[in-house]
Amino acid sequence: MFNKVLVANRGAVAARVVRALRLLGVRSVAVYSEADAAADYVAAADEAYAIGPAPARDSYLNQDRLLEVAAQCGADALHPGYGFLSENAGFARRVEAAGLVFIGPSPRWIEAMGEKTAARALMAKHGMPMAAGSGLLGAEPAEVAAAAARIGYPVLIKPAAGGGGIGMLAAADETALLAAVERSRAMASRSFSNAQVYLEKLMERPRHVEFQMLGDRHGNVRHLFERDCSVQRRHQKVIEEAPAPGVGKAPAMAAEAAAILAQLGYDNIGTVEMLLGADGQFSFLEMNTRLQVEHAVTEMVTGVDLVAAMVRVAAGETLDTVLPAEISVQGHAIEARVYAEDPVRFLPSPGPLNRFRPPAESAALRVETGYREGMAVTPHYDPLLAKVIAHAPTRDGAIAQLSEALAGFEVQGIKTNIAFIQRVLGSEAFRAGAVHTGLATELK
Amino acid sequence: MADLPIKSEISGNVWKILKAPGDAVAEEETVMILESMKMEIPVMAPRDGVVASITVAEGDAVAEDQLVATLKG
Repeated sequence: MFNKVLVANRGAVAARVVRALRLLGVRSVAVYSEADAAADYVAAADEAYAIGPAPARDSYLNQDRLLEVAAQCGADALHPGYGFLSENAGFARRVEAAGLVFIGPSPRWIEAMGEKTAARALMAKHGMPMAAGSGLLGAEPAEVAAAAARIGYPVLIKPAAGGGGIGMLAAADETALLAAVERSRAMASRSFSNAQVYLEKLMERPRHVEFQMLGDRHGNVRHLFERDCSVQRRHQKVIEEAPAPGVGKAPAMAAEAAAILAQLGYDNIGTVEMLLGADGQFSFLEMNTRLQVEHAVTEMVTGVDLVAAMVRVAAGETLDTVLPAEISVQGHAIEARVYAEDPVRFLPSPGPLNRFRPPAESAALRVETGYREGMAVTPHYDPLLAKVIAHAPTRDGAIAQLSEALAGFEVQGIKTNIAFIQRVLGSEAFRAGAVHTGLATELK
Repeated sequence: MADLPIKSEISGNVWKILKAPGDAVAEEETVMILESMKMEIPVMAPRDGVVASITVAEGDAVAEDQLVATLKG
């Protein structure tokens, strides 16, 4: 096991990783920007280093500074959390070259899954179910139109190096297609410094179902079942739950995905994201080669500490020592992401947390936050204020418990999406388990 | 007629200014792009017109409801 791990992140996930390290008896090192000097995760770590001004590019994305701190503090591994540099293969390679273990899959996996058309081709070759799609689109309008015609309208244009839903645009016919491809390229170029885009068949009201995977450095991969993350706004998740309501064949799909990844030699934590069509068919969307924001949902229903597990396999332990022999789903867990945003227009709402009273934690209710009353939510980072996760024997029970917890969550000084989450939790469609990726917009 | 104020809907930073005083804009055309919490938020012209002034610079921090530009009256 490692002696000291640098946590190259901030807020709730940094706090989560520090907690797992403490449990494992490993010293933790936090890093913080000028905006985060007073944050709780900084105080919770065994050591902490300032890494620069508030903007992420000057701090949490500053690879040179992070590697300098790693050398200075004598860490033997680095945990990237999620977001920031967690899916940057170049950074993972630099961490390894500096003699540290990068806690996550090998850089070659980050690379293989980072370019979406190559990832689709690799997965399709190994038998992963896949909806129709194109390769990278060329510049010629005729070629673009031909690719769309082969797939059949409507199509979805997606940046090949993308994430977070940025630059994803739908097109119902050829005229809309060519204009949308140009817009998507411009957005992709700006956000990912890569203008390449490709097409996928647009599914009507699909569900987003994803599968939690864990591999070790010895050729073993196991799954920890599925999560349904269909409730999204702007292609970003708002409510996640496990198990996926009414998807009896999810465990079989999870086992199939784990077998494919084992065959490929996948070697740490990852999530296979799929769409589930109205016809009951799964199709591969992408694979995230990192810890997910919604990992706690899986932890609640399986009892497995995923963060500790990914650290242990990165240190060389085998899956059979890290995971119980039998993993089963106990009850139902639902997570709500409380964002600092306008609940109607979904616009960011940074500002001071004049009042910030999250619900009290219990065995059945978990709250993960990087904030505290009196702190400010800055415009520099993502809008996630807190994750509230309820666990109950039944789905109805989990909904009731989450709703009650959110009703007692007091925030003043900024706008939050709590009212919106409550509207979803109270809706007939959600209660019936009739979720799909367009539901949030319909209930807005 | 007084110039028509265009205000920021959010707190954030000015990422890119796309129009200059004297430029003609159509209704819903993007005048500038703000950035907040990893999102790009366009500031759009409320109607057709000509930009009278831009009252912020790229990189500036803006508050919700802050004046960022005006259209000629």
